[in-house]
Amino acid sequence: MIFSFDLLVNAIVSGILIGGFYAAVTCGVSLSFGILDIVNIAQPAFIILGSYIAYTLNASFGLDPILISIIVLPAFYLLGAVIYQIYYLAFERRGQESLRGLAFFFGLLFITEVTLVLYFGVDYRYVQAAYIGPTWHFGWVDVPLRILVPCLVSLLLIAVLQLVLTRSFIGRAIMAVAQDQLALRLMAVNPVRIKRIAFGISIATASLAGAFLIVIQPVEPSVGREYIGRVFAICVLGGMGSLPGTVIAAMLIGIVESLTATFYGPSWAPAVSFGILLLTLAVRPAGLLGRR
Amino acid sequence: MTDLLEVDNLGKRFGGFVALESIALSVRAGERLGLIGPNGSGKSTLVNCICGTLRNEQGSVRFDGRAVDGLPAHQRTRLGLARSFQLPRPFVSLNLMDNVRIPLLYTVAARGGHHAGAAIDDHCHRLLREVGLETKARALPRDLTQVEMRKLELARAMAAEPKLLIADEAMAGLTHSEIEDILVLLVRLNEQGVTVILIEHIMRAVMSFSRRLVVLVSGRKIADGLPEEVMHDPEVERAYLGQ
Amino acid sequence: MSVRSIPFLLVTLAIGAAVFAGAMLLGNDYYFFAGYVVAQYIVLSSAWNILGGYCGYVNFGTAGFFGLGAYSTVAVYQLVEGNEFPHVVPIPLLILLGGLISGVVGFGMGYLTLRLRGAFFAIATLALAVVLETLVVNWDFVGGSRGAYIVRPETIGPIGSYVRYLFLLMLVLAVAALNVARLIERSRLGYGFATIRDDELAAEAAGVPTLRLKLVATTISGALMGMAGAPFPYYIGYLQPSSTFGFDYAVNAIAMSLIGGTSSWVGPLIGTLLLGSLQQLITVTISSAVNLLLVGALLVVFVIVAPNGILGLVHKYLQRKPDEFVGRRRIDLDAAAAAAATAATAAPPAAKPGSAPGSPPP
Repeated sequence: MIFSFDLLVNAIVSGILIGGFYAAVTCGVSLSFGILDIVNIAQPAFIILGSYIAYTLNASFGLDPILISIIVLPAFYLLGAVIYQIYYLAFERRGQESLRGLAFFFGLLFITEVTLVLYFGVDYRYVQAAYIGPTWHFGWVDVPLRILVPCLVSLLLIAVLQLVLTRSFIGRAIMAVAQDQLALRLMAVNPVRIKRIAFGISIATASLAGAFLIVIQPVEPSVGREYIGRVFAICVLGGMGSLPGTVIAAMLIGIVESLTATFYGPSWAPAVSFGILLLTLAVRPAGLLGRR
Repeated sequence: MTDLLEVDNLGKRFGGFVALESIALSVRAGERLGLIGPNGSGKSTLVNCICGTLRNEQGSVRFDGRAVDGLPAHQRTRLGLARSFQLPRPFVSLNLMDNVRIPLLYTVAARGGHHAGAAIDDHCHRLLREVGLETKARALPRDLTQVEMRKLELARAMAAEPKLLIADEAMAGLTHSEIEDILVLLVRLNEQGVTVILIEHIMRAVMSFSRRLVVLVSGRKIADGLPEEVMHDPEVERAYLGQ
Repeated sequence: MSVRSIPFLLVTLAIGAAVFAGAMLLGNDYYFFAGYVVAQYIVLSSAWNILGGYCGYVNFGTAGFFGLGAYSTVAVYQLVEGNEFPHVVPIPLLILLGGLISGVVGFGMGYLTLRLRGAFFAIATLALAVVLETLVVNWDFVGGSRGAYIVRPETIGPIGSYVRYLFLLMLVLAVAALNVARLIERSRLGYGFATIRDDELAAEAAGVPTLRLKLVATTISGALMGMAGAPFPYYIGYLQPSSTFGFDYAVNAIAMSLIGGTSSWVGPLIGTLLLGSLQQLITVTISSAVNLLLVGALLVVFVIVAPNGILGLVHKYLQRKPDEFVGRRRIDLDAAAAAAATAATAAPPAAKPGSAPGSPPP
């Protein structure tokens, strides 16, 4: 009995830690899909791109992967701003965002993945860092540092994002852009510019999430697919665009997945988030902490 | 004679915001009712609840002798409850003929009305002619002016052969003569036996059309009666002057 | 409307027969392997377009529905494998079974998500392939992650090699899919689908039962995709979850429909013939990864530059005026159909031996 209780506690702890990382993976989508109403299904592909950038610079210069991801943040921001500009001109302005905008992001997802396959092949890649390997033990609870570090940095990232969204002018403008574009225009704020900034930020988070991912597990180009269902399940469950909701939902899904992996086998884990997503959509589309 | 539409104790909230509060309203068959109120007073929300576009949490709506609560919008349309939208919502990829064809295919046919092939085309033409759009039968909605768009909106509502037509601000932005056209149209419909609820800001049109006037302010009905009397009601005056 | 559907059926059947006869005359089995893939994508893109193009709901789960069909065949195969006659279940029956299962799943997905905004349906379908893959990987009966081997008979009756029979079946399925798509487009159902794509609130107000129609669309679309997948294990010989549920099917079905044009059944046909032949060529001359990259890139370029696909461009050219939307029924469908038919007869021989994506190893 003690043995399975031990397993249970370990599963819950590792679920919470992984959940912290999931929050970083999801926060970009919470911004783009939850607040801006842009269904960026390519986010997981950008995250994998972040992983490979961290891998490349780590392998060539021995830099810390998370540090690398912070250094390349501006590049990801720019990438996001450019993508939004194209999206705006080609779809949002023409009012065709639903069908063709989705196809656009699907195409981006595919192009990114295939390009990575062509360039790096399908072998698993991993990074080197001091915190990859050691594990802290608290009694019979194990805390691997390679998961703890991403989790903590991820929570820090989300705290910063939340502060920016609620306290800064630009953050409030982003929150307002979803609700009242007219009011923004009256304040002489251009909603397109605000959305471009917000989308840039959402893609920038993929850089960090990508570094976290490759710290936690070896990565190959198609790993991103597993995250599509998970990311949107967390986003919807967390109430579409609420960052605190995202963290709670991420940890919840992390725990459920971890329990499933421990007691039924890891090969079942990918189905968990999808089940939760469908259940949420069917029963409570506004999410656990829905604001709409 | 029984009432065609009975709204009883209807309430609707959006989050914490109370959009409608215990609205009671009955409309007799054949009536011409005007519904007015300042912006944001809940007129369109009331229409949406009556037509099933929105679900009301509280109260009930009866139409033509049966409770329609919980019925989806298309079933209410099939019962004879048609509406035009405040902002025209044409089917943008269909030409005008096909726009008015939809209610014939899906509402009139569902009631057992028989229109086949060529007859349906004739009927579409006739409907477009009634609103003065017969020359644009093959045009797409994006080629229409704002006025024509509103006329199409009305034609599509009329195509459903309703017992009750709710015209939601069908005249906004129109000139005097265009308003006159639409009023004539609505009166003709009414004389053919269609009950009409007109929601309008243009007081001249409302006063000339309505036989009864209902005023909504902040989600509550504050007056209901003969137009002249309602307009002299102190509470209505206050609501309108207070704006 | 329906008066002209019988002649159309006969014409498409005749074209299908001509294509098959042409391939038989050429005699090389390669044409059957390549033709099978093209015909399969005609079914997949037409099926995708019924929901995506007509109703405006994006389905990213083509691979999921396709894989369901394929694995229902594997399941049946495993059931009867121990018997003395392993091929007692005729493939047409397997096709119907695959269609039934995928149709039911399509209905279920639709029922759970279609009352919400379209984006939720798209996201749910996106995750569907991953989940079905998870289920199959954990289901040892159908081979689990190791995959499943299907031994197909060498020959069948008077036709010759078995792949010819498979091609014939897929050709019939392609003809059926095109007829279904065209029939829907020109019926009351097609009008209803168009109103859903344009404005669901207005559609409801006009008496269109939008939820029911959307369920009809997801069911038909899912069923067709499953039917396309059912013969696949016999074609490929060795079925693996990771390739069966890969994104390739989804991106191809979407790209073929959008590049051809979504407003009519002709669009997916044109898109499939073009992209299908192009892919054969590139797979031979360069590599299959480059080929997929090209599909993705073409998809992105087309949705940005020519949002109404080739049909839209043709229409624009004919009208000689700026035109953003292709009006329904305003395209000269008969001319387009004739062009497509000519292309159809020319398509399979356009490729070279040994290049069919997914063709079995020699």
